Amino acid sequence: MKDPSGETENKKELLVDLHDVWVAYDGKWVLKSVYLNCYAGEIFGIVGPNGGGKTTLLNVILGLVHPQKGAVQLFGTQPNKQSRLEVGYLPQISHADRSFPVTVLDVVLMGLYSRIGLFHRPDRNSKKIAMDLLSQINMADHAKRPFAVLSGGQQQRVNIARAMASKPKLLVLDEPSTGVDSVAQEDFYELLAKFRNEQGISVIMVSHDIGVITSHADRVACLNVQLHYHDEPDSCFSPAITREVFGEDLKVIVHDSKCATCYRSHQNHD
Amino acid sequence: MIQNVQPVIAVIKTMIDMFSLQFMQNAFLAGMMLSFVLAVVSFFVVLRRLSFIGVGVAHSAFGGVALGALLGISPTLTGIGFAVVVSNAIGYIGKEDHLSTDTAIGIFFPLAMALGVIFIGMSDQYNVDLFGYLFGNILAITRQDLIVIAVFGGLVLLSTMLFFKELLFVAYDREVALVSGMPVAFLDHFFLTILALSVVISMKIIGIILVSALLVIPGAAASQITRRYDSMIVFSILIALISTIGGLVISYYADLPSGAAIVTLASFIFFAAFAVGQIRR
Repeated sequence: MKDPSGETENKKELLVDLHDVWVAYDGKWVLKSVYLNCYAGEIFGIVGPNGGGKTTLLNVILGLVHPQKGAVQLFGTQPNKQSRLEVGYLPQISHADRSFPVTVLDVVLMGLYSRIGLFHRPDRNSKKIAMDLLSQINMADHAKRPFAVLSGGQQQRVNIARAMASKPKLLVLDEPSTGVDSVAQEDFYELLAKFRNEQGISVIMVSHDIGVITSHADRVACLNVQLHYHDEPDSCFSPAITREVFGEDLKVIVHDSKCATCYRSHQNHD
Repeated sequence: MIQNVQPVIAVIKTMIDMFSLQFMQNAFLAGMMLSFVLAVVSFFVVLRRLSFIGVGVAHSAFGGVALGALLGISPTLTGIGFAVVVSNAIGYIGKEDHLSTDTAIGIFFPLAMALGVIFIGMSDQYNVDLFGYLFGNILAITRQDLIVIAVFGGLVLLSTMLFFKELLFVAYDREVALVSGMPVAFLDHFFLTILALSVVISMKIIGIILVSALLVIPGAAASQITRRYDSMIVFSILIALISTIGGLVISYYADLPSGAAIVTLASFIFFAAFAVGQIRR
C-alpha cells in the first residue's frame, strides 16, 4: 500500500503543518513540541497508548482544540469552519450511537448536509451522490436497511462513505479499527487505499494498535505526549522509542495480510 | 332488543354531553395541539438523551408561575421567561468546560422551585390554582390559552421542521456534525428554548410535575416499535394523541386531575411498546 510516488513527496501539497505545538489540560502537558507534516495523497499513521494525546492531536489539526504554544495550518490557513469542510472526520465508534433510528442512506446523506444548506431537504441529486458512494463500498443493497442492524465492519464502511460524501481532501480517523473484526479491518483499509489511489485523498489516522497502523500507513509516528518519527513503517520502533512510548512490557507483533506466522482461526495458534 | 341498546345510547349521550361542554372542547383542542408538539420534542429528547433536562426545565417553570402570581401578570408569560432562561443556563453551564449537565440541572431545578415557594410566600393572592399548574386541570383551559398554545406550539413545530436535518445530525453524531460545519452551539440553545416553550404551554393541562413524562414517553415508546426516524415521529405523535385524548376522557369520567390520567395512560402505552420491542428482538 506504499505510495508509489513517495520520493516526490516534497513537491506535493502540504495539507497539515504543525509547528512546535504544545497543549495542556489542567496544567498538565498532553502534547509537547509536536511537529507534523502531512502531504497530499499520503496515509499517515500515528500510534500510541491510550491517554497519549492522540485524540487531542486530531482535535488540534481540526482546530477544535487551540494549542497554548505553536502554529497549526490546515490547507495553508489556520483551521477554521471553512477549512474543516474539506475534512472527512471519523471519530471513535460510540456504541451508544448504534441503535439510532436511521437508515444506511440517511447516514451517508448526513455527510452532504453542509452542502445542501440550512432549510433544504436532501434532493434527488444528493441521494444519487450518496447511492454512488454506497456502490463504491459495496453497500448499495443495504441503503434502506436500519444502520443499527449492520455489523461493526459494515457500519465503519458506511461511516467512511459519509466522510467521503463532501469530497474532502483529507480523512481524519480516530481509532478506525475499534469494534471491527480483523477480516473486516482488511476490507476497510483496502477501501482507504482505494480512495487514496483513485481520488488522491490523504489520510491521518490514530490507533493504539501498532500492527494495523504499520501495515497500512505510508508513514508512521509514535505519540506519547511527544511525537517520534519513523521514516519506514517496516523498520519502525527502535526498542528505546517503544519503551518510551508504550512502557517496558510491550511486545510488538507486526501483522499484515501476508503475515506468515499469523492465523485467522484460533485453533492454528501455538 | 331495545334494552340491549340502552347502555350504548347512554354512553353516546354522555359523550355528546362531554363534547358539548365548552371546557372539554377547549381541553381536547389543547390536548391535540400539544400532542404534536410534545411528540416531536420528545423524539429529540430521547435521541439526545435529555430526559433529565426536561424534568429540570419543567420544574423551573414553577418559579415563573409563582412570579406571575406575585406580580399579578400572566403566569404563562413569566413561566416562559423563567423556563427559557433556566434551560439555556443549564445548557451553558453544562458545557464540558464548566460543569456536567446533571450537576447544572441539580442546582437550577431546586433553585427555581425554591424561588417559586418564596414568591408564593410573598404573595397575598391565593386565587391562582397552583395545584392545577402542578398536576394539570381539565377545567383550566381558556380560549386565550388555546391561542397561546396554537401560536407557540406552531412556532416550535415550524422551527423544528426548518432545522430538522441539522437537529437529527447533531443528535446522531455531535462531533462529526461540528466538523461538518453544523451550527452545533446554536442548535443546542435552540432546542433548549423550544423544550422550555413546550413545557410552559403544556403545564395548565398536564402540569409542571407531570409534563416531563410526555417529553420522554412518546419518543421512548416509539423507539421500541421502529428503527426509522420518520416512522418513529409518526408513532410518537400517535402515542401522544392516544394518551392525551384518552387521558382527558378518563379525567372527565373519573374526576381525576387531567395530567395524572394522561401520564398514567402514556406509561401503560410505553410498557406495551416495550413488550412489543422485546418480543420482536
